[in-house]
Amino acid sequence: MKLTLKIWRQKNRNEKGAFIKYLMDDVDPEMSILECLDVLNESLILRGEVPVAFEHDCREGICGSCGFVINGVAHGPERGTTACQLTMRHFKDGDELTLEPWRAKAFPLVKDLVVNRRALDHIIQAGGYVSVSTGQAPEGNNLPVGKEVADQSMDAAACIGCGACVAACPNASAALFTGAKITHLGVLPQGEPERERRALSMVAQMNAEAFGNCTSIGECTGVCPKEIPLDVIANMNRDYVCASFKRRDELPTPVAPVLQRT
Amino acid sequence: MKLDARIPSGPIEDAWAKACFDMKLVNPANKRKHSLIVVGSGLAGGAAAASLGELGYNVKCFCFQDSPRRAHSIAAQGGINAAKNYPNDGESVFRLFYDTVKGGDFRAREANVYRLAQISGKIIDQCVAQGVPFAREYGGSLANRSFGGAQVSRTFYARGQTGQQLLLGAYQALERQVQAGSVTMIPRTEMLDLIVVDEQARGIVARNLITGEFSVHIADAVILASGGYSNVYYLSTNAKGSNVTASWRAYKRGALFANPCFTQIHPTCIPVSGDYQSKLTLMSESLRNDGRIWVPKKKGDPRPPNEIPEEERDYYLERRYPSFGNLVPRDVASRNAKAMCDEGYGVGKSGLGVYLDFSESIHRLGEKTVRERYGNLFDMYQRITDENPYKTPMRIYPAIHYTMGGLWVDYQLQSNIPGLFVLGEANFSDHGANRLGASALMQGLSDGYFIIPYTVGNYLASNKFAKVEESNPAVQEAVTAVKTKIDKLLSIKGHRTVDSFHRELGKLVWDYCGMARTAEGLEIAIQKIRALREDYWQNVTVPGSGNDLNESLEKAGRVADFFELAELMCIDALSRNESCGGHFREEYQTADGEAQRDDEHYSYVAAWGYNGPGVAPELIKEPLTFEYVHPSQRSYK
Repeated sequence: MKLTLKIWRQKNRNEKGAFIKYLMDDVDPEMSILECLDVLNESLILRGEVPVAFEHDCREGICGSCGFVINGVAHGPERGTTACQLTMRHFKDGDELTLEPWRAKAFPLVKDLVVNRRALDHIIQAGGYVSVSTGQAPEGNNLPVGKEVADQSMDAAACIGCGACVAACPNASAALFTGAKITHLGVLPQGEPERERRALSMVAQMNAEAFGNCTSIGECTGVCPKEIPLDVIANMNRDYVCASFKRRDELPTPVAPVLQRT
Repeated sequence: MKLDARIPSGPIEDAWAKACFDMKLVNPANKRKHSLIVVGSGLAGGAAAASLGELGYNVKCFCFQDSPRRAHSIAAQGGINAAKNYPNDGESVFRLFYDTVKGGDFRAREANVYRLAQISGKIIDQCVAQGVPFAREYGGSLANRSFGGAQVSRTFYARGQTGQQLLLGAYQALERQVQAGSVTMIPRTEMLDLIVVDEQARGIVARNLITGEFSVHIADAVILASGGYSNVYYLSTNAKGSNVTASWRAYKRGALFANPCFTQIHPTCIPVSGDYQSKLTLMSESLRNDGRIWVPKKKGDPRPPNEIPEEERDYYLERRYPSFGNLVPRDVASRNAKAMCDEGYGVGKSGLGVYLDFSESIHRLGEKTVRERYGNLFDMYQRITDENPYKTPMRIYPAIHYTMGGLWVDYQLQSNIPGLFVLGEANFSDHGANRLGASALMQGLSDGYFIIPYTVGNYLASNKFAKVEESNPAVQEAVTAVKTKIDKLLSIKGHRTVDSFHRELGKLVWDYCGMARTAEGLEIAIQKIRALREDYWQNVTVPGSGNDLNESLEKAGRVADFFELAELMCIDALSRNESCGGHFREEYQTADGEAQRDDEHYSYVAAWGYNGPGVAPELIKEPLTFEYVHPSQRSYK
């Protein structure tokens, strides 16, 4: 089939970007959209042009590398699907697809469709872990974890850190991402001792980065390729409120946000 | 050169404890004075960097992705083995050891495998403590399942995302150390050379993939955990970025590359659909527990599968292997699928596929039960192929999935270059000629969490480290070599893209050094690979410049290394005149078509040493002895 790809091209953060149209006249419906970009890039290289930069790695929907906005929707029109698993059969002959990078202040642009998502790593650094060093672990079955609790934890832990939630949110909030980690660890007995401190520190780092606030719009969960439920944000808010009261004398110190480093 | 694997003497049960006791220790106050480099942030690298940071060493960890959480360990689905014996079904350290040695077709080192089995239980404990949400029983205890045809249930899992959850555990431990200041994480940076000074590995040359800047990093030891080399085949289940460059550049600095021809082919992948295809998608082999594999009895039968009556179907695995049936090991299942397709019985547009049929299970168990067991896999299949596996059989075909070969290491995971340690899939150590399902995660974490923290300490405490300046001639030579190579790739400006060369190379390696190999074919392959490599260095075109994000340039360097590796794989396959595990030489098979090992002549690790460009590599053999598991012919009839 024939398609028009309208792609955001921008050499780097300091230069101005623009949409450029590319006509594709032999798109196989079985290809993924990343493979469609591969084909385009091969032809651009042979024409002596610079190929479109986009992020990708595992191409099976689990590493979280890929992602861009397709016709206004992060990862495109299919629910629960990353861009790498989005096949072209979801589009019709003659369609025009607009591809643009995640747009959020906290994700500075690197090139074309590639952005810098290190702010998400900073949020994990702030407390997205259980403080247990190698060798300190007790026997695995010492602490029973009910199946329902394990399942709830796993639902939240399925987050792949792609950043689509931030891109879809009108406020560019990272609440779904942060809430997912707080829920994953917070509901487990292993995560209980640090539950309050974790919520305080992670939220402080989230606020230090240039993410907006959550106003419960819900676009995030709508585009999430792993369909992380919205109630992880409620969990985060509850833990944060409790912690802010009980630990009101503790002031977490966030690390320098991405925007100050680039 | 004679290889010393430094295996402790005495009973195998006590070998690791003895080795640990004999190791020298670094004074806690001195640990922060030692700097270490870890290349790779997957299960092995991430676990190593985190654990070494916790001990107080000064660690720099590198990955080429934008975040350490993207490492390809994340894509492992099925699970992780451990000798816990929670189900009370006869599992033990010795049984896990025995199964792994046998599964590896008697080409692994016994002492290493025994240690792996001993450590396996501690890995589960550690991961549980980190908050990895393993599957649980209603009573709250950890759930287990049988995997990959194992007779005991020793596999722990987190839905179909076990690799992801274990990696996130290691990643979180790593980020904790980043916060603590003991680990510096350097993402989007690729190691391009190893710096060897006075015969010790002392650092790396790296390139920032965003700015193109080169940097030199000096340390007291270098730990490579950069994964496997399946992408030499172009189409594989590996991530697109997975590459052999870090290992290969170390090889060219003198590290030995062991058993490069031992590659594993996974039987249940989604078949190739067209020329544009960029990678292959694995479906967990747990599907074979309830799916039946068949092809039409008539060659090139054009009818859709549902219209082919029962008596015109050939359930070839059940026919040939009545006792194991559809659950034969990976290598056997893969080889049989290829044989059926080569004979013209393949299905689908390309003829490269066989059916995996669930209709009988759905009839027997009901759709609901099948959905509970495999729902996510069926959904993934449907997302990619647009076919509903509840109604029509899946089509599957084997694909390259894992590489058992890698840099040679001794019992302490140190290569033959002092100070260069190699962990996880990047080393050759534990899986012999064939890896069992759910063992890769176990090995990566065992190496990273529980072995390297001891052995690297021993090395640091036993050696002296003179200061190395950037002006050192060895450093300058490495930097110049790296820059020259990049400049050369950018300056060729030929008429073929990197990917088109990579595809052609991959096809060659797949055809001649894939599931089945012959001496004649391998000799042809070596000639063809050399000719294509010549062409590559004349005719490749790399767009853009070396000073910004340029994926074509990254790929160009990696493919250049794949060319050289491909030749070494063929040389290794040609020199091993036997069939074992994933290495099937058609000349060496039993009367009924099974792999025939030659223990008298080939019970060794083939470690290859680099002798310079255009010169044949040197083969150094490390003999393998089996004192605990007696080598026998594998049979699944």
